[in-house]
Amino acid sequence: MSYAVGDRVRARAGDPDKHTRLPRYVRGQAGEVVALLGEWVLPDSSVAGLAATETCYAVRFAAADLFGSGDHTVTVDLWESYLERA
Amino acid sequence: MSEHDHVHDDADHHDLPVAARVRRLEERLIAAGLASDEEIDAFLARLYESASPVNGARMAARAWTDPAYRELLLSDGNAAAAELGFTELGYQLRVVANTPDTHNVIVCTLCSCYPVSLLGPSPGWYKSFAYRSRTVREPHAVLAEFGVTLPAGVRISVWDSTSEARYLVLPVRPAGTDGMTAAELAELVTLKGLIGTALV
Repeated sequence: MSYAVGDRVRARAGDPDKHTRLPRYVRGQAGEVVALLGEWVLPDSSVAGLAATETCYAVRFAAADLFGSGDHTVTVDLWESYLERA
Repeated sequence: MSEHDHVHDDADHHDLPVAARVRRLEERLIAAGLASDEEIDAFLARLYESASPVNGARMAARAWTDPAYRELLLSDGNAAAAELGFTELGYQLRVVANTPDTHNVIVCTLCSCYPVSLLGPSPGWYKSFAYRSRTVREPHAVLAEFGVTLPAGVRISVWDSTSEARYLVLPVRPAGTDGMTAAELAELVTLKGLIGTALV
């Protein structure tokens, strides 16, 4: 599964017991892909001594969705396996 | 509000538990024969020798005076940096432009990622738990503590540097600077302006 700019995606809700760079505050939340950044080593993989690469996306969330209030947006860079289609 | 909640806390890093942890890590590398104290010091000296917010300021001022450079800066930050001699950044540079209706702010909630070579060593507040946790949640309040009040109608866009990309804010060129050269304009640009905690 890969995504394009404009796609609605949801950050996975799970709480992995290993290292990840999927911030807790976006887990389970839906946002919009605003940029494709490149193919980079997944941090969850590199800490295990592996070097699996994945597409990384800039995903924009509405603060009101994340925190229940606020008129700002927060854009977070997320690797493909952190996401599912919303 | 506890002392921990203030974004201006600028603890001396040498006194923090993390400094002792870093030293233990260095000692492991040295014991394993992977690096020496001298090599680590030389690496840091090289990194910080040329790292300065003057670099980011030059890029911003050039973008204000050269529309083609501005376009390059916003579409390919690394190419734009290289044009001013800042090559091999070691990260993907993404520059986000403030406009009359959008103000950008950079944060790294997971650690303290930041384009060191273009901004110099990061300020203590940028690494503080308060700045990292509050900027994504209540950026207006954080900016107010930096003395920044945005005009009504300006929306804040926060960028959380969670990946290999490093972000830089291109401020809006200040009014009344029409006759100034790029070199003069660069002197107006501050480190905070390039992070988004000041207007310029």
